[in-house]
Amino acid sequence: MSGAQEFEKVLDQSDTSVASFDHHSERTWIQSAQHYLHGNPAAVPLIVLILSIAGFGLIVGDKFFSAFSLTLILQQVAIVGIVGAAQTLVILTAGIDLSVGAIMVLSSVVMGKFVFHYGVPVPLAILCGLAVGTLCGFINGFLVARIKLPPFIVTLGTWQIFLAANFLYSANETVRAQDIEATAPLLQFFGSNFRIGTAVFTFGVIAMVLLVALLWYVLNHTAWGRHVYAIGDDPDAAELSGVRTERMLISVYTLSGLICALAGWALIGRIGSVSPTAGQFANIESITAVVIGGISLFGGRGSIMGMMFGALIVGVFSLGLRLVGTDPQWTYLLIGVLIIAAVAIDQWIRKVSK
Amino acid sequence: MTSFNSRLKTALFGCAALIALGAAPAMAQEVSACLITKTDTNPFFVKMKEGATAKAGELGVTLKAYAGKIDGDSESQVAAIESCIADGAKGILLTASDTKGIVPAVKKARDAGILVIALDTPLEPADAADATFATDNLLAGKLIGEWAAKTLGDSAKDAKIAFLNLTPSQPTVDVLRNQGFMMGFGIDTKDANVIGDEDDARIVGHDVTNGNEEGGRKAMENLLQKDPGVNVVHTINEPAAAGAYEALKAVGMEKNVLIVSVDGGCPGVKNVEAGVIGATSQQYPLLMAALGIEAIKKFAETGEKPAPTEGKAFFDTGVSLVTDKPAEGVQSISVKEGMDKCWG
Amino acid sequence: MTGEPLLTARGLVKRYGRVTALDNADFDLMPNEILAVIGDNGAGKSTLIKAISGAITPDEGTIKLMGQDVRFTSPLEARAAGIETVYQNLALSPALSIADNMFLGREIRKKGPLGQWFRMLDRNAMRTVARQKLSELGLMTIQNIDQAVETLSGGQRQGVAVARAAAFGSRVVILDEPTAALGVKESRRVLELMLDVKRRGLPIVLISHNMPHVFEVADRIHIHRLGKRIAVVRPKEISMSDAVAIMTGAMKPPEHSLAA
Repeated sequence: MSGAQEFEKVLDQSDTSVASFDHHSERTWIQSAQHYLHGNPAAVPLIVLILSIAGFGLIVGDKFFSAFSLTLILQQVAIVGIVGAAQTLVILTAGIDLSVGAIMVLSSVVMGKFVFHYGVPVPLAILCGLAVGTLCGFINGFLVARIKLPPFIVTLGTWQIFLAANFLYSANETVRAQDIEATAPLLQFFGSNFRIGTAVFTFGVIAMVLLVALLWYVLNHTAWGRHVYAIGDDPDAAELSGVRTERMLISVYTLSGLICALAGWALIGRIGSVSPTAGQFANIESITAVVIGGISLFGGRGSIMGMMFGALIVGVFSLGLRLVGTDPQWTYLLIGVLIIAAVAIDQWIRKVSK
Repeated sequence: MTSFNSRLKTALFGCAALIALGAAPAMAQEVSACLITKTDTNPFFVKMKEGATAKAGELGVTLKAYAGKIDGDSESQVAAIESCIADGAKGILLTASDTKGIVPAVKKARDAGILVIALDTPLEPADAADATFATDNLLAGKLIGEWAAKTLGDSAKDAKIAFLNLTPSQPTVDVLRNQGFMMGFGIDTKDANVIGDEDDARIVGHDVTNGNEEGGRKAMENLLQKDPGVNVVHTINEPAAAGAYEALKAVGMEKNVLIVSVDGGCPGVKNVEAGVIGATSQQYPLLMAALGIEAIKKFAETGEKPAPTEGKAFFDTGVSLVTDKPAEGVQSISVKEGMDKCWG
Repeated sequence: MTGEPLLTARGLVKRYGRVTALDNADFDLMPNEILAVIGDNGAGKSTLIKAISGAITPDEGTIKLMGQDVRFTSPLEARAAGIETVYQNLALSPALSIADNMFLGREIRKKGPLGQWFRMLDRNAMRTVARQKLSELGLMTIQNIDQAVETLSGGQRQGVAVARAAAFGSRVVILDEPTAALGVKESRRVLELMLDVKRRGLPIVLISHNMPHVFEVADRIHIHRLGKRIAVVRPKEISMSDAVAIMTGAMKPPEHSLAA
């Protein structure tokens, strides 16, 4: 410290450890837990999921704790899981997408309409549906990134627009499952299933798991994924560090639209028919899965795995409580408690740095 | 989604006509009417609007249509009533989203000399409107219940029945169809105003569907988990029935289970034809609206208000059982006839 | 200082409406020096720095880097030219790890198909380089290169930011108020860091209000007043109070000051 100021001379005798990077040697176990959760944000929902499966298994017994029931829950959450994956991407950038359900339904209606009204070949109709969803996502992204409108407002608006477009375009006509089965079984692709013992897996479930795994890889092991987190964490810092935030945001919303369109295709498999009234609560359900999954609504934190666990927790509770025989309102009540608990835990984990 | 309630209220509304008001001289003055529906996306209301528009054109009545943004959007309906009053309408046809909350606005309209007819959904109290034109949902439920019991024959006493209802709040349409089914099937309903207080061992359980395919499938899956031996399914409407069928198909049970429903929409009737649904009770939104317009025209010309169907608190626009497998002693119409009358 | 200046600016003008933030300002940075920029609030020193680091584009004037005319329209372009800036708010993403932050926006991908087709990041390479860069600056007491930046203290964060700039800045490192938010001991550590960076041959532009720090590390001091450079002085030849007097207009700059 050759050039130290006069008043700093005493520093030579003082403890120099401050500037070194200490490694929190004396932590209580609560602090350790806090640090562990900080590094592993999907751990809380995973623990809750395992506990709730065990709990309902004890209360309800074999009817719940069987391969068939547990895979049934997977089938029931597949759509929310896929839409939740799209929602996760957007929320990680500190945005929110209220239009996910509307994009999903509109895309499925386009697929059905193109096959049954215009006689377009099925694979082409599916591509058109995916393209419409992607376009919807791009519109969201453009308005958020370029015009710099808040995501909540943008998607509140496009939610109405896409939903109205869906109703106007479809005239609220359902395409029946039997017609689809006869002329366009490919539309129901994600409804097909295979069995392993009594466990039943639909392609929709496989699609959800693969999609989540793929996005987990992309978010954690590619530059694009790290940039998604960086933007949600601190957009100015990301921009100054050389992340092209505008381009990134547009790509995130566009990809989210494509995933919603994929969910629209999977939805046809799930309900058999093309129904313009389906998926009315997909936006709320996906946000619920994301929040219970420990992903911060303020962006930049959380794991997409957590979202899938969050969706499964909701599925476990709704089937479990039905089998116990309670009023359906109890399901909503408990999910409400879970949401608040999840956000409280998120806030606590954030305090790790303080 | 469905809607369409009616409620057996004992209150008979006085038919004593208020001659003084609205008895405009039968001049060539133009008669205008309003149609206010819960939403304008549900095919049921789309059909209702179609029926009203056609009849209005025929009778030379000017029709303005309003709708809530979503089911349950009462604010938009109140605003619509206010617009109709300001507009000098002679009559309002209303399917209320909030049957109690809309009453003060309805009173304002009636005070202004407007004839208010509740379509499909009775107000609470029912006499808050001048008249109610609706489907008898209790009868709709009874018809499918009787049909199911007759079709099963002796095995009806060992049936295992799943009930796929509308929403947890048990709106009147839900209760009437559900309890009507039980009456028709021969189940003791206990309190006929409440779903779920029955103790008949044949009931596997109740779940809610939100009246769509997605909810129907999930509810069916849940109840199958409860008891895989289900062989009769009551559904609140045809989309829920279609969803239930998908769930049954997924476990290879679709051939062994009898599904009954209410509505009579065209996709639903086609599903009866395809054997997805055993029988459905068809209602007639087009007729409701057309009759409503006629009543307004008549009121504008003569001041006379419509009277309820004899023995009922409302004007019954009829319901028919649609099936190609008629059961003895239960009146029904064929799928072909049902297709001619279907909506949506 | 001898030799040609590394970075020069002549006649920079920047107006915001009726306010002239830069009024014909000049700037010179020599190779391998620490140049401090001081000036009262509102003197336009941060506008000057923004013009050099690409955050704003001046209305008039020229900037030359190693004798070549350059014109930056974004910080990215300045960075590409080898000018790294450590902003006062550090521009770090708190939830990302130290390694991720150091490579944000210029990640290293794996070689071969994994990187080319699956765009997989080479985490090990990034960790190794990050650790090496931190060690070079004597910061390798950081235990875990994967720990989130938000778990670090203010000085540690500043260390990471400076290390990032030093690692990637091939020509110039600009530090904007690096010690403003730090305690006494942490400030000292950052000053040591600056001298380390200089020893490695990188010139530094230091913007600071802290006169003792400026006088301790700077080779030359650029004094900015009323939108322009009014003097360049050497800390060995002037007292702290005189420098402040020139900066605030209480004293005329010495005759030879601009020639320095």
